[in-house]
Amino acid sequence: MKKIFEKIAEGILFLSSTVTTITVLLIIFFLFKEGVGLFGKSPTEDGFTVAVNKNNPVSELSAEQIKNIFDQNITNWKDVSGKNDSILVFRMDDIFNFFTEEQLAGVDTNMNLLASKIDEVIHNNPNIIAFISSKNLPSTPSSKIVTIEKINFKDFFTGNEWFPTAQPVAQFGIYPLIMGTLWVSFLAILIALPFGLATAIYMAEIASPQIRNILKPVIELLAGIPSVVYGFFGLIVIVPLVEKMFDLPVGETGFAGSIVLAIMALPTIITVAEDSIKNTPRILKEASLALGASQWQTIWRVVIPYASSGITAAVILGIGRAIGETMAVLMVTGNAAVIPHTIMQPMRTIPATIAAELGESAKGSLHYDALFALACILFIITLIVNLSVEMISKKRTKNKLR
Amino acid sequence: MKKIIIAIALVVSVMNSGMAQKIKGSDTVLPLAQKEAEVFMKKNSGNKITVTGGGSGVGIAALVDKTTDIAMSSRKMKLSEKMKVSEGGANSVEIIIAQDALAVIVNPSNKVSQLTREQLEAIYTGKISNWKEVGGDDMPIVLYGRESSSGTYDFFKEHVLANKNYTSKMLNMPATGAIVQSVSQTKGAIGYVGFAYIENNVKALKVSYNSGKTFVEPSVVSAKNKTYPIVRPLYFYYLTSTAKIVKPFVDFILSAEGQKIVASEGYIELK
Repeated sequence: MKKIFEKIAEGILFLSSTVTTITVLLIIFFLFKEGVGLFGKSPTEDGFTVAVNKNNPVSELSAEQIKNIFDQNITNWKDVSGKNDSILVFRMDDIFNFFTEEQLAGVDTNMNLLASKIDEVIHNNPNIIAFISSKNLPSTPSSKIVTIEKINFKDFFTGNEWFPTAQPVAQFGIYPLIMGTLWVSFLAILIALPFGLATAIYMAEIASPQIRNILKPVIELLAGIPSVVYGFFGLIVIVPLVEKMFDLPVGETGFAGSIVLAIMALPTIITVAEDSIKNTPRILKEASLALGASQWQTIWRVVIPYASSGITAAVILGIGRAIGETMAVLMVTGNAAVIPHTIMQPMRTIPATIAAELGESAKGSLHYDALFALACILFIITLIVNLSVEMISKKRTKNKLR
Repeated sequence: MKKIIIAIALVVSVMNSGMAQKIKGSDTVLPLAQKEAEVFMKKNSGNKITVTGGGSGVGIAALVDKTTDIAMSSRKMKLSEKMKVSEGGANSVEIIIAQDALAVIVNPSNKVSQLTREQLEAIYTGKISNWKEVGGDDMPIVLYGRESSSGTYDFFKEHVLANKNYTSKMLNMPATGAIVQSVSQTKGAIGYVGFAYIENNVKALKVSYNSGKTFVEPSVVSAKNKTYPIVRPLYFYYLTSTAKIVKPFVDFILSAEGQKIVASEGYIELK
């Protein structure tokens, strides 16, 4: 009877761990499947093309050039190795500026008519660049479709413009987002580390049991506050404070985000570091005190070196918490996708970008794929962080054995 | 017994489908449509209206797929979308249910009180970056805007920036309320919000769309008589095949009572 019960319990344990593992693997598979879909695609929306007059010598443009043309930062064809002629930008809805309402009667139902009208415009304007639908329209004989460079790894990682919904071509440069994430997270750790470490040492070695009994639940409470509350606190209190203290034009900066994240990472750092400090064997401490060392010398020369790998693990776990944090950062860093030069300017992080944009991107669209690719990168960063924790704690067990 | 239950369920669902209607689309129109639906359902019990957001494009796509009865939109249907509707052998009806106006706001301490469209375009595309270039103090301009998923982001881009892209330096805020909060506490700030959000802690700018000949103050009156330029109509789209189902609700919004709700929700009435 007992044996059967044990077998059943074993089976349940096995099953649940298998299910968990499979779920995790499926999620990772899903993430990467959607994310990789971005590469090799054309940066124009599905079913749309960019065309020029067929006599135009230009037949290939990069995504960035097209964006600059449609933003009218490039206004002459010779800037993109064409003839010396000004550029005429044409979007489908501009057709109403070229013809009267009567001439266009019925274009929204008669594709052939619309195509011939667009063709007429392209034929009459040799300097035109047109953004037109290719799905429903028959091809127009006077136009030539411009080849646009496909989205590739290099542009994705090194591009410095993030305009995921720009038309006619979207810009997916994630370099500013990666830099924003790293700057904010690492400064957060720099702020949190001294405070966290000091609190951990105080709680483990110096504080009396009564004080410790008050301090511990308070710090655990800090971990229980929802991140949106931290974000709101940051927006109302820290942002104006940063603006005044440093006399900045704007308070929503990476620095404000770092402070909020530092507060959020504190509980993790304190709890893990305190545990490892308390794990220092009593024999070591007593030996040190017996040799005549003061309590401070014991902490500095014996306890901290012994607990150093545990403290490092605490720091890295804190970094992991900071890198993945979404809501609080979204509210205080200003979310401007520019490459940061100082910490005192607005930044945009990867998690904030995903949170703000995923809700409204159509499934299967380029924007959706790009956000999943961002999620993959976030996943890889946190994976690296977690693996380093693993390695460091392995080193710790080795140290103990010695 | 089971059969009876199934039969009843069938009858109920058939009856319901006659009166239930789904509305989907723009998040700008969402609060208004919800309020209108709430009042409408209270007056006509038995009608069931479900209103969901998702953005103008999502609503129109759902109309094409016939998964919604009404698409709400904060912009006119694009030519390409019209083509998709007619491809499915249907015809869509366009109804303007209300107007929405955007105000450009700055910090109350800012000396600048009016800007032309050209200046706004230069500011939001990053070509002007200091207030002294538009007659203000020597301080950098801090740009606030919405996230790219917002209909307001698109409207401002099309209407004020002449379809050019915003500069990457713009701070993207997750909500309109956050823009008001930030502009009120940042000296060099500029932002754009719906009329309903203008409060005492921010200053709404006068805007000129004729290169500075006349500047118009943003107000419900100037938006209604079309002198204020940054106004957009809010649309309902439905298919002629389902006109019978949706007509009562659309008529209710256009009625005097429905338009009163439009005003009380902070939008601009049609008349």
